[in-house]
Amino acid sequence: MKKLRDFLDSKVEPLFHKGGKYQRFYPLYEMVDTIAFTPATVTKGLCHVRDGLDQKRMMIAVVIALVFPLAVGLYNIGLQANLATAEAGLLLSGWRIDVLAGMGIEFAKNTVLANFLYGLLYFIPIFLVTVAAGGLCEVIIAFMRRHEVTEGFLVTSFLIPMIMPPTVPLWQVALATVFGVVIGKEIFGGVGFNFLNPALTARAFIFFAYPAEMSGDAIWVAADGITKATPLGIAALNGVHGAGGLIEQGYTLQNAFVGFIPGSIGEVSTLACLLGAFMLIALGLGSWRVMFSVFIGMLLMASAFNGLQSFSDNLMYEMSPLWHFVLGGYAFGLVYMATDPVSSAMTEVGKYIYGILIGILVVLIRVVNPAYPEGMMLAILFMNVLAPVIDHYVMESNIKKRMRGYGRKRIS
Amino acid sequence: MEEYASIFVKAVFVENMALAFFLGMCTFIAVSKRVSTAVGLGLAVIIVLGITVPANNIIYNYLLREGALVWTGIPALASVDLSFLGFISYIGVIAAIVQILEMFLDKYVPALYASLGIFLPLITVNCAILGASLFMVERDYALGESVVYGLGSGLGWALAIVVFAGIREKLRYNNIPAPLRGLALAFIITGLMAIAFMSFAGISL
Repeated sequence: MKKLRDFLDSKVEPLFHKGGKYQRFYPLYEMVDTIAFTPATVTKGLCHVRDGLDQKRMMIAVVIALVFPLAVGLYNIGLQANLATAEAGLLLSGWRIDVLAGMGIEFAKNTVLANFLYGLLYFIPIFLVTVAAGGLCEVIIAFMRRHEVTEGFLVTSFLIPMIMPPTVPLWQVALATVFGVVIGKEIFGGVGFNFLNPALTARAFIFFAYPAEMSGDAIWVAADGITKATPLGIAALNGVHGAGGLIEQGYTLQNAFVGFIPGSIGEVSTLACLLGAFMLIALGLGSWRVMFSVFIGMLLMASAFNGLQSFSDNLMYEMSPLWHFVLGGYAFGLVYMATDPVSSAMTEVGKYIYGILIGILVVLIRVVNPAYPEGMMLAILFMNVLAPVIDHYVMESNIKKRMRGYGRKRIS
Repeated sequence: MEEYASIFVKAVFVENMALAFFLGMCTFIAVSKRVSTAVGLGLAVIIVLGITVPANNIIYNYLLREGALVWTGIPALASVDLSFLGFISYIGVIAAIVQILEMFLDKYVPALYASLGIFLPLITVNCAILGASLFMVERDYALGESVVYGLGSGLGWALAIVVFAGIREKLRYNNIPAPLRGLALAFIITGLMAIAFMSFAGISL
């Protein structure tokens, strides 16, 4: 290893430095180099807090935390396809089944391995397209702007496929990724300068641009010719307890909590998201303030609607906070999206306000907006937009408080 | 009561003047570099909309619309339709009210007058103001509804510009690509904000 490093330092790297033969390609070299090695540039001054946590390590930790919901989600893709085909009496075919058969696995037997691999075969194309499209944008922009390729896209490249439905057309994934990366992030100056979460921007883009493909019943189960609404879609139509509602259709709190329900790839399992949340909080990467207050906001609003249910014939009023918690993208958004350190509020008080408003808005959109059964994405995006103003006023009030504390008049 | 609440919420969030109809864009982009000035302008817009929309509602209902002049008791005027004078009357009313408001504030609330400064006269030419009056006519609001609608749409516009200013303040020290600095980025931010505000589209109370 040391030899390789020495060889790179003495022979290869100078080629990419200023005046070197390939100086234009420095961003690319730097990117490949720092995947394997720690960067050589270190802080030299005395006035810095030294910490082993750099951007790369942080992003990788978040990706590891993302593995929990992803694993359950992949198994769930296969499971849902199996359940739905068994119910409809169909036999699936297609290249994924052929690949599995080639490995000696019969998909219809509904084993854990078969379901997981089937899901993986859905996830990998989406993931590869995301990485290719987003990575290409990152590299091109790094060349144009002559800066290094940063690690910010690493997490985004996992988040985007995980919030897509399994059967999303790949060209839409590519388009959404380009929109999210370029319009959502790069034009503001790159990683750390955006005000919206890039992955959510990508999701919102295809959600609004291709409503015919991205909403409705046909996309949630990865089996051709089978339509199945998401639990939230069912609840919006028929409610939870009534005729044709969630419970009558066989959904229970338990299987929704573990994640065996139709939905986007990564969002289904509340349990796995909670595991990820513990990991993020323990490592100090995700803000517990945001997570806690998103939960409180949801609890308050959902309870308020529960209390008001006799006044309205809207069936969503009867959905209890627990159902709100386990269904749809709520847990995933709470753990991985709302806590995005760049686009969430920065101040401590601001984080509470930001989180509570997300929780309130999610329930509000789910319950009173008939156009969208799911509200997590839109609630977080909306609060991303509001976060800078919240921070502004929190800081202003802090300044006023300090001024008063020191007994000085404000200097204008 | 419920219909007033519905009109108000709709005007603030669902049919936001700035982010759903993109009205008043010139002031929206020009005066949003700092949160404090944006708040001042937002307040001025709320006040002006809250006064002009009902005022224009009275003018429309008692002077301009077909059969509006019945109250004069003159039979020859009973079927007169003056609604072709709509645009010029509304903008005249807006200009006059802004002038009066300016003089009033100058005399009685000098602090607010000083903080609003040039924005107050500028509001005359803000298309969100005329737009609200025209929507009011189109949707046939009664006087009470038009008061709620005026205040609501003003509040929505103010909310949008304050939030927009917050974002622009946050982005002030960013290393933004040179061709996008300033106006270009302002338009893109407005578009992204409009996407976020679409979460309310379709809400019916």
